[in-house]
Amino acid sequence: MYTFSNRLKIASIILMIVGALGIIGGFVMAPGTIAEAKEMVASHDQGHGDAHAAKADHTTNKSDHTVAETHGDEHDSSHDQHLLDQLKNRPWAALYVAAFFFMMISLGVLAFYAIQRAAQAGWSPLLFRVMEGITAYLVPGGIIVFVILLLSVLHMNHLFIWMDESVVAHDALLQGKSGYLNPTFFLIRAAIFLAGWIGYREYSRKLSIAQDASDDNSNFKLNFRISAGFLVFYLISESIMSWDWIMSVEPHWFSTLFGWYIFASMFVSGITVIAMVTIYLKSKGHLPDVNDSHIHDLAKFMFGISIFWTYLWFSQFMLIWYSNIPEEVTYYVTRIADYRLPFFGMVAMNFLFPVLLLMNSDYKRINWFVILTGIVILAGHYMDIFNAIMPSTVGKNWYIGIPEIGAVLFFTGLFIFWVFRALSTQPLQPKRNPFIEESKHFHY
Amino acid sequence: MASKVIHAFYDDDDVLMLAVKKVKAAKLHIEEVYCPFPVHGLDKAMGLAPTRLAITAFLYGLVGLTVATLMMNYIMIEDWPQDIGGKPSFSYLENLPAFVPIMFELTVFFAAHLMVITFYLRSRLWPFKEAENPDVRTTDDHFLMEIEIHDNEQELRDLLMNTGAVEINISEKNSH
Repeated sequence: MYTFSNRLKIASIILMIVGALGIIGGFVMAPGTIAEAKEMVASHDQGHGDAHAAKADHTTNKSDHTVAETHGDEHDSSHDQHLLDQLKNRPWAALYVAAFFFMMISLGVLAFYAIQRAAQAGWSPLLFRVMEGITAYLVPGGIIVFVILLLSVLHMNHLFIWMDESVVAHDALLQGKSGYLNPTFFLIRAAIFLAGWIGYREYSRKLSIAQDASDDNSNFKLNFRISAGFLVFYLISESIMSWDWIMSVEPHWFSTLFGWYIFASMFVSGITVIAMVTIYLKSKGHLPDVNDSHIHDLAKFMFGISIFWTYLWFSQFMLIWYSNIPEEVTYYVTRIADYRLPFFGMVAMNFLFPVLLLMNSDYKRINWFVILTGIVILAGHYMDIFNAIMPSTVGKNWYIGIPEIGAVLFFTGLFIFWVFRALSTQPLQPKRNPFIEESKHFHY
Repeated sequence: MASKVIHAFYDDDDVLMLAVKKVKAAKLHIEEVYCPFPVHGLDKAMGLAPTRLAITAFLYGLVGLTVATLMMNYIMIEDWPQDIGGKPSFSYLENLPAFVPIMFELTVFFAAHLMVITFYLRSRLWPFKEAENPDVRTTDDHFLMEIEIHDNEQELRDLLMNTGAVEINISEKNSH
């Protein structure tokens, strides 16, 4: 039995407190009026003294907004209002990105777990309790994301501009999409998805524990069947979720492989966290039967799915870059113009780094190497979600500052607290999984 | 030079693995093991040096990447620049996304083909070559361990019998 050590518990609580202060600080620092917003941007420009190429940028920006929002001739006031909205959005967006990112990790682990179950994999049963511990976070994580979405629907923020009726009233495209993109249907979908994911997680966990005490394999077989069924539900719901929760922050833009792209992100982040938690538990003397070959396999997945992510990232980028259709290409134009470093930095972190570090098969067995690569991969995929949400919600006024770091720290703390608390409730090694012997003797 | 070798046959890869470990523990040199299919971990158990094929694959990949870059640069930029989809190709870097698939494909192509050719050369394999495996059953369902005899025939026989061999033969071998 694993006991949640006091040191880790205190560390996670400190992270939560510091993070919560950062989140609150972000909300306090957000401007309340247009005058404050203008002052902030002015002082920001002055303070950094960077050549913002003010004139040219400013004018193109303005004409962009005119087209996008069809605000007609109220140029200046609408621009100022827009700036205020963006600055007000920043703490919300920072909170949302971090909340989604950690929810996505446990959802990715849930998909990986369901695949292991449906494939009746022989190597992984030793890691099932670890995976179940990580998916436990789906309950608080999913509910937090849902609450943020609910607050958006209640107009507490402007993350999703299509929720603003005055915007839709002036926008023919959004009117055309309103049969799908409307607040009620949006929340219903979110509720169905979360209920499905959490429902599967809880049921499968129950069967997994019941299997330990039973004297036949009926729980195992049932788990196999519901996992196969869940994967069908998951692939559809994950895809729609990615359109709803991420793609719709930029409601004019669309990409047909976006669901896969977000899936690759959550899958690789999830597998990375499985490897990290496993290595941590092993370093504390738990999971005695987990050997280097298990870590090797997880690292192979980290390596492979990182390349898969890059493949999708590039496929999406190249087709849009090549066809150069205005309503599609704006997505990348804003990111390359205003987010150059995070945008290309993320490709280096998510592709070059894991490829070069994990290419050698021996390195996949060196635990600290896997941890090091894992940290870079997680940071890279945080940046991925950051790049997906921020350009459409805060525009050029992005910065990795107190709200962003605070939100990440808070959710790191909550994640560690919840996951390790769940891990400590059951023995870390399943006893009666029919494949447990194969898993113990797994060697490469 | 002809030498006497002992051939021990096994009919299961797990038994073979255990046998290899026992023979190595007795400090005997295993000449060769013939298998109908690759057995995971056999190379490590036999104490073979790690393969360097992976390193050659990496280098061949780099060659492929270079060839693709030079080739596309010559074809699409230098020799015959065109304006494709409103993107005039006067600079390799600016048109890079369009060339990435080719760079990727040629990297894989060079790595895969040259690695296979290297493997054939290194293993002395070529078309119509006469098979080297001493017994035809090693292409079907038997594993064969070959150990050279140095006046210790009876010892070897006893040892190999104990490891679960299903058949033991002595034969002359012409080393190449």
